[in-house]
Amino acid sequence: MTALVSARNLHVIREGKAILNDVSLDVEEKDFITIIGPNGAGKSMLLKSVMGFFEPEKGSVTRKKGLKVGYVPQRLVADHTIPISTRRFLTLRKRAASAEVTNVADETSITEFLDKPLHVLSGGELQRVLLARALLGDPELLVLDEPAQNLDVTGQLAFYKLLDKIYEERGVSILMVSHDLHLVMSSTRRVVCLYHHVCCTGEPHMVTRDPEFISLFGNDMARLMAVYNHDHDHSHSHDHDHNHDHAHDAANDPKVIPRKTSGGSHVG
Amino acid sequence: MLDDFILRALAAGIGVALIAGPLGCFVVWRRMAYFGDSLAHSALLGIALGLLYGVNVNLGTVIVCTAFALLLVWLQHRKVLATDTLLGILAHAALSIGMVAISFLDNPRFNLHSYLFGDILTVLMTDLYWIYGGGVIVIGLLIVNWSSLTLMTIHEDLAKAEGVNTVWSNILLMLLMTIVVAVSIRIVGILLITSMLIIPAASARQIVSSPETMAMLAAFLGVLAVLVGISGSVEFDTPSGPSIVTAAALMFAIISFAAVLIRRHRQRSSS
Repeated sequence: MTALVSARNLHVIREGKAILNDVSLDVEEKDFITIIGPNGAGKSMLLKSVMGFFEPEKGSVTRKKGLKVGYVPQRLVADHTIPISTRRFLTLRKRAASAEVTNVADETSITEFLDKPLHVLSGGELQRVLLARALLGDPELLVLDEPAQNLDVTGQLAFYKLLDKIYEERGVSILMVSHDLHLVMSSTRRVVCLYHHVCCTGEPHMVTRDPEFISLFGNDMARLMAVYNHDHDHSHSHDHDHNHDHAHDAANDPKVIPRKTSGGSHVG
Repeated sequence: MLDDFILRALAAGIGVALIAGPLGCFVVWRRMAYFGDSLAHSALLGIALGLLYGVNVNLGTVIVCTAFALLLVWLQHRKVLATDTLLGILAHAALSIGMVAISFLDNPRFNLHSYLFGDILTVLMTDLYWIYGGGVIVIGLLIVNWSSLTLMTIHEDLAKAEGVNTVWSNILLMLLMTIVVAVSIRIVGILLITSMLIIPAASARQIVSSPETMAMLAAFLGVLAVLVGISGSVEFDTPSGPSIVTAAALMFAIISFAAVLIRRHRQRSSS
């Protein structure tokens, strides 16, 4: 089976810091991959590389020819200065038959506010609208960047339930960054734990056996990473808090080109 | 019958309003008002250089404003200072250098006032060519890139994910604004150009419910302000640029007031 997207040995360097360090990732058909990792681990950067927003410093991203990708960003701040209805936003720069819009709206339960202005919608409603927009054109791959980050717990549950339904019904591949592993556990096929490099990857059931992990998840990513089976080849202690500086990665790893680090930079 | 110079003035004013309205929507949506103002300030340097070296003043303005915009993009990219700080530095530096350059001109016929506030009644046929030529370019590029620009305005990453070249689109918007600034100087003057971009668009926003109707209504309201302003200017012998902007501001006030009343009325009838 050929991969939809195949990222090989990605290196991304920003302001002298290795954000992604030799990261490889294959997204197969009907895959459901959840990327987890602490803040600043390079999760968004990995998604953006896969989406082709920019060229990585080293490595390559190959996509299946003619691959259709739907993208769901973290959040949409609907500005009231722009007068636009939900329906118009959905089809902005997209060619979609009105029947398709109706179907997708039904699928994501946004029919009732299709003709409302975008800026009156709630956070959860906006995320469903973004999901609906991504589904137009029948994509083979959905890429989601922390899609439920700004929702309350009920909203998160509802969103992931909807995503699960779409995954089951459409057979679409999903590549998602999410902190809410406990909520997507049942659908996720594969978890990729990222901290500039791929710390570990595997099926989520190996961690579901540990109930402590579930309760701790999201509160203390460092301890989560200690619970996980690590298969990487260099050692660094994981019992510290996750705001730590990972500069020693760059120093120890011969693959990283050392550069002058400018002050005040942050890992994004 | 109307005199020739009034007909030319009307044609020029209507042309500027038709371009500035739709582009002004993006200025309102993307909060580029201060950018527009800074660009207009830098235009004075373009005028000075044009007069010093005998280049067409419109062309001088386009060149200097483009350089200004590209310099700003480059400085923004370095992310050391906030955009409004950069704009403040660039705008006033350009304005001051422009004034210094003008003092070297030593031309007693140079009328600074007409560049600051416009002098629509001295519009020549060449000005009309500039306005309508530039206008066709601006409106054409806006129509071709309309949905990409609108999507980018709503969500930059979403646009990028769907194949919009956002770097180029940002530069395009800036370049379109330089054209509008260059061709509007004669009409409303450096100090009032931003109002032609913002006031019609802001007035239209209160009535419409789609981006396209906002652009069209902004163009229409701009034309209305020009007609009222120029008639008033001829009738009461007031300066033309400020008269147009006064008309636009009155229109904005009336529409805002009416919009509040309509909203109250709707709330009352729905409850």
